[in-house]
Formats: sequence, structure tokens, C-alpha cells
Amino acid sequence: MDEPADSLASASFFTGARDVAAGISRREAIARTLKAGAGLSVLSQVGGLLRGATEPPPSPSAPGPVTVTLNINGDAHTLAIEPRVTLLDALREHLGMYGTKKGCDHGQCGACTVLVNGERVNSCLTLAVMHPGDDITTIEGLADGDALHPVQAAFIKHDAFQCGYCTPGQICSAVALIKEGHAKTDAEIREQMAGNICRCGAYQHIVAAVREAMQPTG
Amino acid sequence: MNNFSYILAAQPDEALRDWTGPGRPAYLAGGTNLIDHIKLGVDQPQRLIDVRNLGLDQIEALPGGGLRIGATVSNTALAYDERVLKDYPVLSQAILSGASPQLRNAATTAGNLLQRTRCSYFRDGLSPCNKRQTGSGCAALGGFNRTHAVLGTSERCIATHPSDMDVAMITLDAVVRLRGVSGERTVPLQDFYVAYGEDPAKENVLKPGELITAVDLPATEWFARSYYFKARDRASYEFALASAAVALDLREGLVRDCRIALGGVATKPWRAHAAENALKGTRPTEQAFRAAANAELSSAVPRAHNGFKIELCRGTLMQALQTTAALA
Ligand SMILES: Cc1cc2nc3c(=O)[nH]c(=O)nc-3n(C[C@H](O)[C@H](O)[C@H](O)COP(=O)(O)OP(=O)(O)OC[C@H]3O[C@@H](n4cnc5c(N)ncnc54)[C@H](O)[C@@H]3O)c2cc1C
Ligand code: SF4
Ligand code: FES
Ligand code: FES
Repeated sequence: MDEPADSLASASFFTGARDVAAGISRREAIARTLKAGAGLSVLSQVGGLLRGATEPPPSPSAPGPVTVTLNINGDAHTLAIEPRVTLLDALREHLGMYGTKKGCDHGQCGACTVLVNGERVNSCLTLAVMHPGDDITTIEGLADGDALHPVQAAFIKHDAFQCGYCTPGQICSAVALIKEGHAKTDAEIREQMAGNICRCGAYQHIVAAVREAMQPTG
Repeated sequence: MNNFSYILAAQPDEALRDWTGPGRPAYLAGGTNLIDHIKLGVDQPQRLIDVRNLGLDQIEALPGGGLRIGATVSNTALAYDERVLKDYPVLSQAILSGASPQLRNAATTAGNLLQRTRCSYFRDGLSPCNKRQTGSGCAALGGFNRTHAVLGTSERCIATHPSDMDVAMITLDAVVRLRGVSGERTVPLQDFYVAYGEDPAKENVLKPGELITAVDLPATEWFARSYYFKARDRASYEFALASAAVALDLREGLVRDCRIALGGVATKPWRAHAAENALKGTRPTEQAFRAAANAELSSAVPRAHNGFKIELCRGTLMQALQTTAALA
């Protein structure tokens, strides 16, 4: 049953849907995150305010910021950032795109999975300065306007999440998995999704969602 | 995370030139090990030189047969290469048994060869660790050493080399191509890694600033009969507790030649010479497989928590040999 979003006290933190208001159902709130495109223009504006808030102070005589242009979900974003800023932190802390999640920050969970030139990578273990000229796709870039990406739709249909924190990474990973074409059986889906840990253990439903999204007819 | 400057080198010679200069340099490839270490404080380079754009990202057929694998070929591209799948299946299997699809997409051939141990005392950045801080001691010796090595250890360090890919490459007689300011040289992969000596931070023969440019695999027909088997705490996305890479030349019911290497149990990707010698010329029976495993593991040294690895490794190697012998 749908619960009021209020009961998910931290929902706005992990979904990035900062406009979650009382009365919006959990399902709706998550569906919004999955679409995400809607809130994004607002979020990229607040991004500027947050800049610097969570960064450690630069070390003495540290090299200063460098300019890098990132192509994210079809839009060019020019940033002045230190070379040590990971792609994940550039997205979240500098661009205010909270769809991509930080779980472990060490390549061990997959929450930060994004697509770089169509290939899935852990955005926590790559630097933003390594990606000028690359096409970066995040969870916010998958939907086509109001039409969900088939993988997003399948995740909702199969209830393939509980808390939703791993979900953006799971979905980006599944989009790449389908394109790669190495998984046919459920066992192969599990193996090819192994880089995405779900702390809630929603694996059964995730496999069902990926299996459905894999069908040629969608 | 310490700060550093970043430069993208366009040619190998440029990267070598960039190496010299003030501040500690480090080459950066996929970053899946190096950036992790910088975050942990295990490594604190001041200048990163990105080597992904040096034109070393191809897998080429060598004129006399065999393959040249560029240093920055991704682990994914290598694992799914048609020639690798057909002629060196053990390599494909080993790579695909490691890490995750995301990590394999970013990880490179050279980065995989040079990845450091997963010893938790090394990674915590605090404990006494001869590998991280020369002469500081080894917290693992008297600590929780369940995942540590039983082969090749010393009283200074008992850390395992974590790679799967390298274990397979050792069985395939891989040769590493290196380039430094004074020119190029080649080193067989099994001589590339060194035994732990006075300073366990010294893991290989790479000189400061030297670049890995490629790994060559020879054309050896019977390497097509090869296989990788890995035992670990969970079914995927986990490092080996014990693993075995095997290639067998079976003719007229006899093991004419073989290559065997072990992972997860040794301080370096471990070429199992004693096991190979025990197996050569025998009939491929369970008894022969057990004798081969015993020959290699008789020198194993267990610590307080990792004694189980000896038995696990015996079973892992026997399973790998049995499966390889049964291949069509
Ligand atoms: C969560 C997790 C799980 C993992 N599981 C496994 C596993 O099960 N099995 C396994 O085998 N591996 C595993 N790995 C390790 C992974 O395979 C390595 O991190 C990866 O191969 C390193 O490659 P890279 O290109 O990212 O290297 P980088 O991190 O870029 O570099 C690693 C080192 O190589 C040096 N270097 C890179 N290229 C060159 C060059 N051309 N010349 C000279 N020096 C160079 C760098 O300076 C650095 O010291 C795992 C990693 C993570 C984070
Ligand atoms: S085993 Fe090696 S890496 Fe681990 S603490 Fe001891 S010296 Fe350090
Ligand atoms: S946050 Fe990147 S893998 Fe966990
Ligand atoms: S839904 Fe909670 S971590 Fe996956």
C-alpha cells in the first residue's frame, strides 16, 4: 500500500526530490525521482548555493580549480573544479543533480553508477576532469519528457525497490546490461547486476524488472 | 583526499617527460585502484598523469601469431574479445570473475597488473604496515589474517596479490612490455612480480616512471584448453580466497605439458612450478591432480586464521584440473 511521503522522513535526502510534500504518495515520490527531469532545472539552480559546502578545505599550495565542460544528459555544463573532484561529487555537489547516489564512495556498491558514452561506470572512482567530451547519462537523463524509460517503467511495475537508495544505480546499470546483451537467463542477469548492491534485498523484483525490460517488445 | 594536479598525456614519451618534475607523480588509468587509494590516504600523489590517451587501447594480432594487448585496453574489452574467448578462455573467465561490470569497464590491463593488496591493515592508512610505511611492522601477522597469503610470505608481510586477470596471464606465458626514458624492454610476467624482500612495498621490477605499454600473449595451440576457477565468500563481486588458472596439453591420454597458477593464496600471482612438474607426463587422474596440488602446497605456511586456505586451495586446484581435462 502507498504510504504518505511523510513517513519516509529522509526521502527528500535520498531521492533528491526536494519538492516532496506531505500527501504525495511514496510511489509518486519515487516515480518522480525516476523521472527526475522535472525537478532538475530547479535543482541545478540550488546547486550553486551548495557548492563548497561539503568539500574539504583545499590543502596549502594545492593546485587551484580547473575549468572542465561536462556533457550531461545532452546539456553542456562548464565547471571550475579541483582535479580531485570525482564525477559523482561534480554531479551532486557542484551541479545539484542528486539522482546519482553516494553509497560507499569506494567502488563497492554501485549506487553511483552512471553511463559514460553508453558504458556503465562507478562515478565515485573516476574524476570529473577525466571526462570532457564524453557523453554522460545519469538517472535524470533516461526519461523522454514525461515518458519513462522502459527500465524505469519496469522497476515501478515490479516494485523493484524498497528504500530506493540503490535504485538510480540499479536502473542505469540495467540499461547498460540490456545494451551489452550478455545476459539471457535470470542467473546471468544476477551476475551482470552483481555490481549493484541492494541493502534492502529487493533482488527478486529487480531481476523480474530487468527480465521484462529485456524483452524486445518491452 | 589530498589535492593534486591533473594532466592528460597525448603520447608515451610525453607521459615519461611529465613524470619528471617537482611533486610526487603517479600514472592514472581507470582510477579504480588509484583514486580509491588517494581517498583512503594510502597513496598521496601530487601530480596525476592520465595515460588513457596514449594510443595504447588496441588488441592487435602479432605477425607470428599471438596477441598484443595495449596497456589501456579495458578489462571488459579484453574479456569479450573473440580471439581471447577462443584461444585463451582462461583469461576471459578470470577477468569476468573479478570486480563488477562497472569496474571492468573502467579498469585497464596495466592498472590491473599494478593493483595493490586488499589487506585491510594496508588500506586503513593507520595500522603498522611495512608495505605502506617501510619498517613500521605488520599488523596482519598477529591480527585478523583470514584473507592473507599462505605462499610466498615473509615475516615482514603476508598480503595477497588480489588480481584474477594476472593469474590467468601467468599461465599464458604473458610478456610485459615496458617503456622508460632509456628505451623499451620486455619482462616475462612471471618475473615481473618479485618475492617479498627487505621492503614489501617493492612488488615488481618496474622502475620509477616506467610505463607499461602492452602485454604480449604467445600463440600456443593448447592454451585453448584452459580454465579459471575461483572460490570466494560470495558468488560475485568479491576477491578470491583461492583461485586456480590451468592450461593443459593433453595427448594420447597423457599430460604432455601444462601451466598452473594460483590466486588469492600468495603474495604474487603464483606460478605453480612444483604442481606443473608433478603433473607433467602423468595420466590426468584425480590421484595425479591431488599429487600435483600437494606438491605445490607442501611449502604453504598457515597463520592464525587462514589455515583453511590450504585445503580450499587444494580443492580449488583439483576442481580446475578436473574441469580442464574434461573439456572437449
Ligand atoms: C570493489 C572492487 C572489487 C574488485 N574486485 C576485483 C576482483 O574480484 N578481482 C580483480 O582482479 N580485481 C578486482 N578489483 C580491482 C580492479 O581490477 C582494479 O582496481 C583495476 O584493474 C585497476 O585498473 P585501473 O585501470 O583502474 O588502474 P588505476 O587505478 O588507474 O591504476 C592502478 C595502478 O597502476 C598504475 N598504472 C596504470 N596504468 C599504468 C601504465 N600504463 N604504466 C605504469 N603504471 C600504470 C597506476 O599508477 C596505479 O599505481 C576490484 C576493485 C574494486 C574497487
Ligand atoms: S600483510 Fe603486508 S600489507 Fe598487510 S599489514 Fe602486513 S605488511 Fe601491511
Ligand atoms: S558510491 Fe560508487 S560504488 Fe558505492
Ligand atoms: S531499495 Fe533500498 S538499497 Fe535497494
